[in-house]
Amino acid sequence: MSGGTAGVWRELTRPAFLRSSLPWRAAGYLLASGTAGLLLCAALLVTAVTAGVLAAVLVGLPLLAALALVGLPFAAWERWLLRAVRLYDAIPGAGPHQVPSRPGLPAWLRLRYREQATWRELGFAVLAAFVLWPVELVVVGCALAVPGYLIAALPLLLADGDQVNVLKLWQVHSPLVAAALTLAGVVALALAAYPLTAVAAGRAALAGTVLAPAGQELRIGELVSSRARLVDAFEAERRRIERDLHDGAQQRLVALAMALGLARLDAEPDSELASRLADAHRQADHVLAELRELINGIHPQVLTDHGLPDACADAADRSPVPVEVAFELTGRLPAAVESAGYFAVSEALTNLAKHSGARSARIHGHHARGLLVIEVLDDGRGGADPALGTGLTGLADRVAVVDGVLTLSSPPGGPTVLRMEIPCTPIATAA
Amino acid sequence: MSAPALRIVLAEDGVLLREGLVGLLARFGHRVVAAVGDAHALHAAVADHPPDIVITDVRMPPGQTDEGLRAAVALRERRPGLPVLVLSQYVQRSYAAQLLDSGTGTGVGYLLKDRISQVEEFVAAVAAVAAGGTVVDPEVVRRLLGRRRDPLERLTPREREVLALIAEGRSNAAICRALVLSEAAVGKHIGNILMKLDLPPAEETHRRVLAVLRFLGA
Repeated sequence: MSGGTAGVWRELTRPAFLRSSLPWRAAGYLLASGTAGLLLCAALLVTAVTAGVLAAVLVGLPLLAALALVGLPFAAWERWLLRAVRLYDAIPGAGPHQVPSRPGLPAWLRLRYREQATWRELGFAVLAAFVLWPVELVVVGCALAVPGYLIAALPLLLADGDQVNVLKLWQVHSPLVAAALTLAGVVALALAAYPLTAVAAGRAALAGTVLAPAGQELRIGELVSSRARLVDAFEAERRRIERDLHDGAQQRLVALAMALGLARLDAEPDSELASRLADAHRQADHVLAELRELINGIHPQVLTDHGLPDACADAADRSPVPVEVAFELTGRLPAAVESAGYFAVSEALTNLAKHSGARSARIHGHHARGLLVIEVLDDGRGGADPALGTGLTGLADRVAVVDGVLTLSSPPGGPTVLRMEIPCTPIATAA
Repeated sequence: MSAPALRIVLAEDGVLLREGLVGLLARFGHRVVAAVGDAHALHAAVADHPPDIVITDVRMPPGQTDEGLRAAVALRERRPGLPVLVLSQYVQRSYAAQLLDSGTGTGVGYLLKDRISQVEEFVAAVAAVAAGGTVVDPEVVRRLLGRRRDPLERLTPREREVLALIAEGRSNAAICRALVLSEAAVGKHIGNILMKLDLPPAEETHRRVLAVLRFLGA
């Protein structure tokens, strides 16, 4: 059937099968999925009837629409179950769903209703709720209960001392017969393990095929993770270049400037040598200042050392427009997020100084419910338009690489509000 | 320049620069009693050779982050009066503010490494910090001057200039020379600054440091 359960079928034909944990996992799987299907069936019926009744007064319509999403949690549970019982090899941790390109419930709903996977999962949920669970419970019931009763014959007789009623079919008085029945029960249990496992494997193959990401979905998952790797690699490269310049060129230049400074002390005052040395000294100092700005532009050390708020405060210090900075963060954020946030803020400040005509600006950042929000507000003339190529598109790209979204409100006459939202979780810090 | 000879502990991981600094300081009659390359060795050196002043780089092994700065702050926590001059490649207010906040706030300096090349000024800054003064790099000061912060709003441009020079660690006499003012005028400006920044009369040097701290907006 499917490659995902090939391992289980191979196990079935091995002599060691009965001693392995596989029959028990198969029984557990059918028991869990059957019970869940039964519960789902009840829940669906109750909800559908309620929604149908309420549809008359329109309240039921959103409920019916929400019912279409019932496949999402159910599929997530099924995928978890598949991973837990290890019956299907190729079930990935991430489901087939995409991450919405912008935060918020409306965007999430729009995406989910459009995704093919949502409807596939709904179909599977309906199948599980109305077709599969009776089969599963009957199979697991027969395979466990019948041998179970037989095995219990001897212990029950010994406990009762008089008679035991086996499978409600016949009464046994003799311990010898009871012992034989118990033995038969053990054999039956072993024999039942085969069809039980086969049914479980079939059920797993069906669930795995329907619920695992396929085709385009698989590729999007790969693209997302390869983009994340690229961002990390880029970030690491930035740091390496910054480190090399700091430890190499910058150190040597400082040493050179110092040597020139010392040489000037030795030169005859007002001589030609003194003026040439002074000239060289000036140039060395210039280069040092330029290199310092360049290194800071590549990767500001304060971002690594003190995090986003301090780095933004320092970017604000650099701005010709007075900027007020306020952050409310509980801890450090992932390096890629800090970096994207910082560079977006610093580009926003550059834009603001160049184009806005603002007299003051404010940066406000906070983290709530898995979302870092940074706002840059100014009292300038407004009318900023991404289409005019004022660097706003580049800024949006910076934020997009970490799954963030940039929104801009800039009516003519101002004020301009630039808002970044980046999903992330703070890192617990020791300090 | 007849400052007393100082015993100096120097921490700088770049060998070239470290040797250069040892030579430079020796030329002005100071003695580098220990020259080390990382923060651990710095702590040990200060314990073994009690210095008149510590000069340290911000970024140092093993982490290559702000180890030097943190070591400086830790040293001043243990000995609040220990003069420390931090050399940095960064014009960042947060580093300077962190340092000035440590210990009693006296005898600290934050200078860009570029400043070493102005040999005489650099050695004067070392002496000033060792004598309990406060020195903040002119570049950091210049950047802060571009900003209007609430407590500074009340200062006149002239008073702001005077405050910037105080932050650079200049004495009243030096400020007179730089701004071509009389000693009395500078004294009056300083009095006004301290009043406007709500710093009531106390021990003189300390109020100057507080004014600088207010200026850095730590």
